Amino acid sequence: MAVKSKTPYTLQRRKVVQRILEDRGDAAVVTGIGNAVHDVASANDDPKNMYLAGIMGGAAMVAFGVALAQPKRRILVITGDGELLAGIGSLATIGVEQPKNLSIIVIDNQAYGATGNQHTHTGRGVDLVGIAAASGFKKTALITTEAELEAELPRIHNQPGPYFAVVKVVSKTSPRINAPKDGTYVSRRFRAAVTGESA
Amino acid sequence: MATKKKTDWSKDVFKVLKKADVQQIAYVPDAGHTSLIKMAIADNAIKPVSLTSEQEGVAVLAGAWLGGEAGALLMQSSGVGNVINMLGMANECRFPLLMLVTMRGEWGEFNPWQVPMGQATESVLEASGVIVHRVDEPSEIAETVEAAAKLAFEGGRMVAVLIGQRVVGFKDWTK
Amino acid sequence: MVSKKSKSWHWSQDVHQLFKKIGIKQIAYVPDGGLARLIERVQADKSMRSVVLTTEEEGVAQMAGAWLGGQRGVLLTQSGGVGNCINMLSMMQECRIPLLSLVSMRGEWGEQYPWQVPMGQSTIPALEAAKVIVHHVDQAEKVPETVEAAAKLAFDANRAVAVVLSQRIAGSGGQG
Repeated sequence: MAVKSKTPYTLQRRKVVQRILEDRGDAAVVTGIGNAVHDVASANDDPKNMYLAGIMGGAAMVAFGVALAQPKRRILVITGDGELLAGIGSLATIGVEQPKNLSIIVIDNQAYGATGNQHTHTGRGVDLVGIAAASGFKKTALITTEAELEAELPRIHNQPGPYFAVVKVVSKTSPRINAPKDGTYVSRRFRAAVTGESA
Repeated sequence: MATKKKTDWSKDVFKVLKKADVQQIAYVPDAGHTSLIKMAIADNAIKPVSLTSEQEGVAVLAGAWLGGEAGALLMQSSGVGNVINMLGMANECRFPLLMLVTMRGEWGEFNPWQVPMGQATESVLEASGVIVHRVDEPSEIAETVEAAAKLAFEGGRMVAVLIGQRVVGFKDWTK
Repeated sequence: MVSKKSKSWHWSQDVHQLFKKIGIKQIAYVPDGGLARLIERVQADKSMRSVVLTTEEEGVAQMAGAWLGGQRGVLLTQSGGVGNCINMLSMMQECRIPLLSLVSMRGEWGEQYPWQVPMGQSTIPALEAAKVIVHHVDQAEKVPETVEAAAKLAFDANRAVAVVLSQRIAGSGGQG
């Protein structure tokens, strides 16, 4: 079932991600597969970005592992709804573990953007914010407007977590860029940047 | 040309699935399966089930068989890596299972992350006791699925048809 | 060396000490009978963080994050759990991220529960197909040295390595 009708949402994923990253400070970012890679890389290709350019369902737990290893640093997950759903149990694990420095931001276009815009379950009623809240995330938010995004920014970057937000965006896929896709390169660049050691 | 080919084999495969009385089609969306998924959704006699992870599909189709229906699981090769433990159930209970897998990580792949799983797909399926039929010619897909459906539903086996990336084509990283 | 061990010796003591020695900071696991004593020891150890997973693939992802953040971790899983990790393991291969995993076998030596057999018999071929280096060990006294060798291969040579502990060591009991 492809998303045909216009969604009621107006936020543009690229602009949302760019706005969030403007305030990142020394945060590390882990992206999910697909659009999220291109959103983050086009806004701000920082060495402290780990692009998971080819795996479904792993972004939240990769970021959790980094969060444990780097407790003084904020770790942001920027991923899509389809990617998060593929590893949905991660929310229960993170809810139990309560990492204070982890924020998960789901750019929710209600669709599998890379494969023809078929509906994900969020486009058919599944409430990720509700799942995160019920799993024990300290603070959760549903963001649908620019004003709500502005209001949440301080919490995304500073609220003692685990923090979870869904940003509803238009389902139109953004143009892709030539984002880094060599895993050995981005992983070692990331590790050197966040640990100060060579990998 | 590639688009026409894709539609053509999908139509024939869909006919084969209908003939095999497939009533449940479970899938994780994939570009290579787009036409087949659309046909499944448009057909009132078929229950399409969209999944968050492919292992749900193996379980759904176990239930389909237990409930007296035939089903098929559509996925990309990376999804094969998510079903290995659940296949243990189908193996242990000798449930029939028909899987159509579109390959990534091989012919002309643009995303290096797809390569490890694509290269491991056939061997992990075989390690799990799944019979693998590989097909690289669009004109041979339908007959391969037909044979696989017989082996699955009548021979009572787990069978995967791997559709080569050469058939489904490849996109560009920047597209 | 074996003769030095008292009757109460269990391989998990030495493996726990080894984890401390090599600086393991994150332990991720889905609870399992064959690994229960090791899990009890690491849980009680304040120098490492134990994380219970809902499914084993979360642990592979967490281990990638641990390494990216500069820490070492270990994934503990039953053989059934290996079948939940195959796709996520492709990330370790693609990024050449080290992975140390201890896999406790079911479905082999003296198994009494038929449902465990298919996945147990597929565990090693599936790991090898996923390009994980497998060290199989079926004697308790050889577990510590095997884990030590595997840890070097994982963390010093940057490889994904699984130490597969035979059901012969843990015993063939268990219902699930």
